[in-house]
Amino acid sequence: MIGLLVGVPLLGAAVLLCGGRRLDRSGHWLGTLLAAASFAIGAVLFFSMLGEDAEHRAMHSKLFSWVPVEGFQADVAFQLDQLSMTFVLLITGVGTLIHLYSVGYMEHDPGRRRFFGYLNLFLAAMLLLVLADNYLLLYVGWEGVGLASYLLIGFWQHKPTAATAAKKAFLVNRVGDAGLAIAIFLMFTTFGTFAFAPVLSSAGEASEGKLTAIGLMLLLAACGKSAQVPLQSWLGDAMEGPTPVSALIHAATMVTAGVYLITRSGAVFNGAPDAQLVVVVVGAVTLLFGALVGCAKDDIKKALAGSTMSQIGYMILAAGLGPIGYAFAIMHLVTHGFFKAGLFLGAGSVMHGMNDEVDMRRYGGLRKYMPVTFVTFGLGYLAIIGFPGLSGFFSKDQIIEAAFAKGGTEGWILGAVTLLGAAITAYYMTRVMLMTFFGEERWRKAATPSPDRPDVEPAAETRGEHAEPHPHESPKIMTIPMIVLAFGSVFAGGLFKAGESFVNWLEPVTAFEHGHSPVSAATVTTATVVALVIGVGAAWFQYGRKPVPAVAPRGNLLTRAARRDLLQDDFNHVVLVSGGTHLTRSLVYVDHKVVDGAVNGTAATFGGLSGRLRRLQNGFARSYAVSMFGGAAVLIAATLLMRAV
Amino acid sequence: MTGMTDVASTGGGPGASGIPSLWTVAAEAGDKLQAPSIEYGKLSPVLIVLGAAALGVLIDAFAPRKVRYSAQLFVTLAGLAAAFAAVIGLAASGVGTTKAQIAGMGALAIDGPTLFLQGTLLLVGIVGAFTFAERRLEPAANGSRVDSFAAQPAAVPGGEGEQQAVKAGWTTTEVFPLLMFAVGGMLLFPAANDLLTLFIALEVFSLPLYLLCALARRRRLLSQEAAVKYFLLGAFSSAFLLFGTALLYGYAGTVNYSAIARVVSGADATSDPVLADTTGNDALLLIGGALVVMGLLFKVGAVPFHMWTPDVYQGAPTPVTGFMAAATKVAAFGALLRLLYVVLPGLRWDWRPVMWGVAILTMLGGAVVAITQTDIKRLLAYSSIAHAGFLLAGVIATSEDGISSVLFYLGAYSFVTLGAFAVVTLVRDAGGEATHLSKWAGLGRRSPLLAAVFAVFLLAFAGIPLTSGFAGKFAVFKAAAEGGAGALVVVGVIASAIAAFFYLRVIVLMFFSEPQADGPSVAVPSVMTTSAIALGVVVTVVLGVAPQYFLDLAGQAGVFVR
Repeated sequence: MIGLLVGVPLLGAAVLLCGGRRLDRSGHWLGTLLAAASFAIGAVLFFSMLGEDAEHRAMHSKLFSWVPVEGFQADVAFQLDQLSMTFVLLITGVGTLIHLYSVGYMEHDPGRRRFFGYLNLFLAAMLLLVLADNYLLLYVGWEGVGLASYLLIGFWQHKPTAATAAKKAFLVNRVGDAGLAIAIFLMFTTFGTFAFAPVLSSAGEASEGKLTAIGLMLLLAACGKSAQVPLQSWLGDAMEGPTPVSALIHAATMVTAGVYLITRSGAVFNGAPDAQLVVVVVGAVTLLFGALVGCAKDDIKKALAGSTMSQIGYMILAAGLGPIGYAFAIMHLVTHGFFKAGLFLGAGSVMHGMNDEVDMRRYGGLRKYMPVTFVTFGLGYLAIIGFPGLSGFFSKDQIIEAAFAKGGTEGWILGAVTLLGAAITAYYMTRVMLMTFFGEERWRKAATPSPDRPDVEPAAETRGEHAEPHPHESPKIMTIPMIVLAFGSVFAGGLFKAGESFVNWLEPVTAFEHGHSPVSAATVTTATVVALVIGVGAAWFQYGRKPVPAVAPRGNLLTRAARRDLLQDDFNHVVLVSGGTHLTRSLVYVDHKVVDGAVNGTAATFGGLSGRLRRLQNGFARSYAVSMFGGAAVLIAATLLMRAV
Repeated sequence: MTGMTDVASTGGGPGASGIPSLWTVAAEAGDKLQAPSIEYGKLSPVLIVLGAAALGVLIDAFAPRKVRYSAQLFVTLAGLAAAFAAVIGLAASGVGTTKAQIAGMGALAIDGPTLFLQGTLLLVGIVGAFTFAERRLEPAANGSRVDSFAAQPAAVPGGEGEQQAVKAGWTTTEVFPLLMFAVGGMLLFPAANDLLTLFIALEVFSLPLYLLCALARRRRLLSQEAAVKYFLLGAFSSAFLLFGTALLYGYAGTVNYSAIARVVSGADATSDPVLADTTGNDALLLIGGALVVMGLLFKVGAVPFHMWTPDVYQGAPTPVTGFMAAATKVAAFGALLRLLYVVLPGLRWDWRPVMWGVAILTMLGGAVVAITQTDIKRLLAYSSIAHAGFLLAGVIATSEDGISSVLFYLGAYSFVTLGAFAVVTLVRDAGGEATHLSKWAGLGRRSPLLAAVFAVFLLAFAGIPLTSGFAGKFAVFKAAAEGGAGALVVVGVIASAIAAFFYLRVIVLMFFSEPQADGPSVAVPSVMTTSAIALGVVVTVVLGVAPQYFLDLAGQAGVFVR
């Protein structure tokens, strides 16, 4: 049954990718159906899980032994506990909605079947990642989602920017993947196994140094997959992929895999306070980094990408706090999955109605033309900034509270950072909202499609080099998923918070301790709301009160840096690319002179030998016969000699 | 042939007392003649194949020209499939493991290795028949599609008779019965349990192969030259084998495998007064054993008995080369294993060092000479020599693991070989197959799928992980290392590295060179060659990714009945 969860979308991917053109007309429905089937299986498992009592909810199922070698047991086995279940429902649920949305969004794309094949492949890999019962199988899923992400970012590979973005994501992720691989090696040498249960239960017995090393390597992996500093640079470019991809993979599910990894490996981190501290610092830095980038971007998707980075920073930070934070990290992860997916789908809907324009300075006043998008996007917006009563409010509030509860100076610093982050979040999201849906209709004047977004729907008549866009609401098939996600954005947080149901649900897996905050819960809540008001107010002063210029002003130094993603690429170029080039140059020199010298010498030796030996093969049967005869004589002589000695 | 009649008339059936010795039974059976008992069920795979072969001869003699091709193809495939089903049936009823026994009055051993090898051979035969039957590659003549075989083999090459036959679109449907006779002989070869049966089986499968080699439609002189060479040298090696048989008989007074083994180990002393002078003479045993082994080493193409391989592989029609390269190796290694493990285990300390030498020479010789080859068929021939060396390393292991690893390697290797030669048949220019390597430059650009498939086969030959070649090589080397032949494994790995060079060179040539202007084109084959190649790829990848099941299967089949 658990295997089916992975198998169904995997089957879909296989059928869609191998099926050929015959499936071009119906393939997208098949993909969507299988995603929904996977969700249905997940739901059935969920209800059967609810029937058990809390301690016995984890289910195990071993499919087969992958590498049965003495001392090295690699099984393809699944473990479905409360943590995995949460992810399964999120992945298949949001996944199904986004499949549905894509049916509309990709309607005119010639590669639609391939697109749905990749989406199904992604679902399968992601489910494998969260269902694996050992780190090796998790690694398979980890690489699988990386592959799917690569394929989908570069889905429009005819665009050089998309191809480059895909390559960038792939390369940066390699660094993180190497970290995960090393972490697994370390686990195997330390514990002699890499299955979750034995590793995590015996984590306490290993030395702190080893746990720290494992923890840091796991964190490196998490940084790569979840776009955390210093491996954050790929996420912004990844927005080159189709918008549903951005919503599913680069907002709701895959990028949160790092949070899953850290939460799952909680026992390792609990025994390694140094590693935990690094996790928290990474989370805090990324939280501010992403938020600042989000403030400066005019591309709606890149602004949202910065926001994603920042929100995952919250989750990583919470996960780094240990048992007082794990549950909140996951809770924020789920609510974020709802509202961020909703926001991205909203952005996609706006682009759909605006000739794929992404520059917010060419939007404005769209609320009249796209009422459904406006309302659903608006609810997502309220959720993410933490408007009291909506999902984001509950989940983020808990993280801020937990940050204070870390205690000591650290606690105060973290608390302040999270509050500051909340204010900036309110600022940049309000900016997005105002620039897109309010203000004057800037698209009427300057309707030139931006050069790096070529038309993907050549069939549409309205498409032309200089045609003025005709904003319109998206079809039902796109708006319905948005509406469903909007419901999630509004109610999920409250539902989870009510009676601490979410924390109690996860407690058997992640353990939970109540943090003791030096400031009262009410004070934190008040501070959060104040930060929210400040952020919204600042944005309104800047973008709501006066018209938005159609061309971005030059801005101060920080703004300019933030527009360039805080110089991340420049940094990478100077440090990694130039440094790497120098290193490889010297290596190439050594390779030419020393290694090649030896290799070529060997090759020449064998080549010469070969040339001489082949002359023996002269084509005459008589000399062949002589050679056989000689061989026979030698063989017999040797046999007799063996007996003699 | 007197030996044969003696065996037939004196076999008393394998009773509880074990295998009846030729001479003890003859001494007491003066008054009554026992009817020979034949286990038809256990021999059914061989009987079906030989029966189908005989039927094929009748078809060619009596059926009208128009229906011959389809009738022959049907009989061949049906026969092979039925025989394969019979093998499966026997294996399922436990004949391979618990119910293994000596059959045919001591002539044949039906046990795990026999069934495994027979199954492999039959599959190879089926795939081989597919490539034999391919009729889409050559241009049609006179409205009828033709295959890779000579229109009129008896006509003088280039003569008027040949031209007329070509124009008339004649074909040589005799290849199918010849194939079946060859398969029938090969099925017997690894099952042979006495030296005379071994010899008969050898001839039964060798003679059709000599004929098949001479049947190429294009470059007939080369093909005929190859056949003559193969025949001469083959006859020469048969003589070795036969002479060795005589010497062993002189030593032990019997040609039966296990009876010889008992004499070697001293458990039995022969009591025949005629042989009193020679019995137990170790020189006879050593020389005789060596000569018989040499006859088999010739068939597997081990150095220094390999010289025929490149010439014959190059000259023979490519479908025949593919079949021969795969099936002969399977049959001959099966026979070699049985001989060394059943007859000569007592002589282990004598033959092992010598076989070490042969294995090292074979691995290095094949790999080194292959480096400078310029013809793809010759390249594959040297590659097959190197692989014979790797297989010998597994044979030398002298353990159950050694047997099973060699069995696995044979299965893996034969499908790669069939597939690779099937690909060679598709790359053609005006003169037929374009086998010169320079013509293969840039094939990856012109025909990426075919080049990729061929690359898979080359990687499997080179033993790259995730292909069957790796799994096989790993199993063989592991068995050899555990059997105390660590140095041999080191040489084997070095030889693999050398071999990887020329395999990868072909891949580089296909994918990273500019195509020639007058380069060959890739013919579109019928479903038969396509399925031969596809099967090759599937087996290569499946055995490479999940070898365990098949290793287990070979492991279960790893015990010889004595």
